[in-house]
Amino acid sequence: MSFRDWPIRRKLTAILLATSGLVLLLTSAAFVGYEYWSFRRAARDMLMQRGRILAATSTASLAFANDADAREILSALKADPHMVAAALYDKDGHLFATYPANPPRDVLPAVPGPDGYRFERGLLAGFQAVAEEGSQRLGTLYLASDLEAVYATFRLSGVIALAVLIVSLVAAYLLSRALQNAISRPILALAETAGAVSARQDYAVRAPKLGGDEVGVLTDAFNQMLGRIEDQDQELRRHATDLSQRVAERTHELEERNEALRHNAAQLLAANQELDAFAYSVSHDLRAPLRSIDGFSHVLLEDYAARLDDAGRDALQRVRAATQRMGMLIDDLLKLARVTRAEMRSEVVDLSGMAREIMTELQRAAPEREVEAVIAPQLTARGDTRLLRVVLENLLRNSWKYTAKQPCPRVEFGSVEANGGRAFVVRDNGAGFDMKYADKLFGVFQRLHSPAEFEGTGVGLATVRRIINRHGGRIWAEGAVDRGATFYFTL
Amino acid sequence: MNPGKILLVEDNPDDVTLTLRALKSRNITNDVVVASDGVQALEFLFGAGTAPGAAELPAVVLLDLKLPKVNGLEVLQRIRADERTRMLPVVILTSSDEERDIIKGYSLGANSYVRKPVDFVEFTEAAKQLGLYWLLMNRAPPTPRTV
Repeated sequence: MSFRDWPIRRKLTAILLATSGLVLLLTSAAFVGYEYWSFRRAARDMLMQRGRILAATSTASLAFANDADAREILSALKADPHMVAAALYDKDGHLFATYPANPPRDVLPAVPGPDGYRFERGLLAGFQAVAEEGSQRLGTLYLASDLEAVYATFRLSGVIALAVLIVSLVAAYLLSRALQNAISRPILALAETAGAVSARQDYAVRAPKLGGDEVGVLTDAFNQMLGRIEDQDQELRRHATDLSQRVAERTHELEERNEALRHNAAQLLAANQELDAFAYSVSHDLRAPLRSIDGFSHVLLEDYAARLDDAGRDALQRVRAATQRMGMLIDDLLKLARVTRAEMRSEVVDLSGMAREIMTELQRAAPEREVEAVIAPQLTARGDTRLLRVVLENLLRNSWKYTAKQPCPRVEFGSVEANGGRAFVVRDNGAGFDMKYADKLFGVFQRLHSPAEFEGTGVGLATVRRIINRHGGRIWAEGAVDRGATFYFTL
Repeated sequence: MNPGKILLVEDNPDDVTLTLRALKSRNITNDVVVASDGVQALEFLFGAGTAPGAAELPAVVLLDLKLPKVNGLEVLQRIRADERTRMLPVVILTSSDEERDIIKGYSLGANSYVRKPVDFVEFTEAAKQLGLYWLLMNRAPPTPRTV
């Protein structure tokens, strides 16, 4: 894996080692290089010294061409095992004396070269002028030494340097191992804490702060963050329990309410069914005795007319009238009850057409009356056809009835804008009513006229209002005595 | 005038008296057999028990619905179920104005449904009309020969 992914310790150790290694290497290289160079210089200097000494010593032999002496002088060089060869050339460049006596062939140059010492061919060699002080050159001295000494010292220092390098590196490694803890330990602690937090979701742990450097700052910030997370986490948990509690409560509430609703619905159903049964038995059981009363009163009137005086007859007539009226009341009540429990179906109803039919029927039933019927065309609404028919029948029949005493009776059906919506209107110019008693209009059995003036049971408007209410609408009336009545309703 | 009998099935004695009176007042002189509950009506029609031998079927049955023991609609059902009486004219004569009774009555095969008015004068008028129609104008189905 790449250097970036190495663990910190390894990185630090590697960095330290690399740095110290490089430093050591450079130092050693410099050191060794210097040693080599100075050794060579020393060797050359030494050889030059020797050369000068020898040259000085050999002037006499050269001057007097005493090669035996020269040889002997040169042979003193055998004290130095590193001397490879030496030679003396006379002033013409001829070989005069050599050391050793028989040197290897290619070592000695045939002719002296320029003065000076050079490193060549693995040897340190050079020429030295032999001359007496201040006078002419007598000859040339050639010395050649091998570089073994230099190499030996050089090798030695090299080995020493290497040893030092190794020891230093080891020391550096150990030291860096010990010291890098100062950096890596806080970081590792932080990393470990972070790992523990994310693995166990435990926000209560905190990283240890080991020092006041940037890592310490990081640790502080990290711990603060953890603290905040811990708080938030707790709060969240609290909220969650709170919520779930509230949800449980609400659910419970809802269930209770549902229960209550179901209970109510069951009760309503039961009540409706009872009402049904009630209405049903009313329609049978109440009317039968009425029929008997009326029938036998009639029998009395017919069969015993002779034996009854006027008062008697009148009494019986009243009995009959009363029973018939009771029959009507029962019928109207039954109708009202039926309206309340009937199923409502919603469809579009042509109210204008319905009104026209009803008026035509009324006219047909009482052809002697001439009533002007004004019906606005194309009025429609959404509702239950049968129930709306009951509404219009009641209202129009009322208008018909209460205009009986008018010379020019007029019944209208239309619509107006009222309270931002549309309201239907049934208006007549008949007997009207006193607005003082307007709130009594829609009460059951409430009438504002006596049966002698106008017949009726007082249930019609109550029925109408119940139907309108079931459609979600409103009904209200305006009127004035002898100036007609106007009924408004919305759906 | 059809000489046939009228079978009046009615439990209320007042109503019986008044009906008979109404019929008489309109000169309907046919024999009226009164059954005061469903059982008696069925016994008369199917000749078990009281009337031995072949029972002659009435020309029309005036049937009230609210009867003790076997109620009117059941009687109607039994009448229509039997081959002999399947086509027998039955007029339901009752106080009930309930739609469901009307529907039930017709769907079980009644020929007519009349509501008894409270007003006696109207009642007699209704009786007259019924009599005129069912005994005079209406052609009764042929009575099946009972062997």
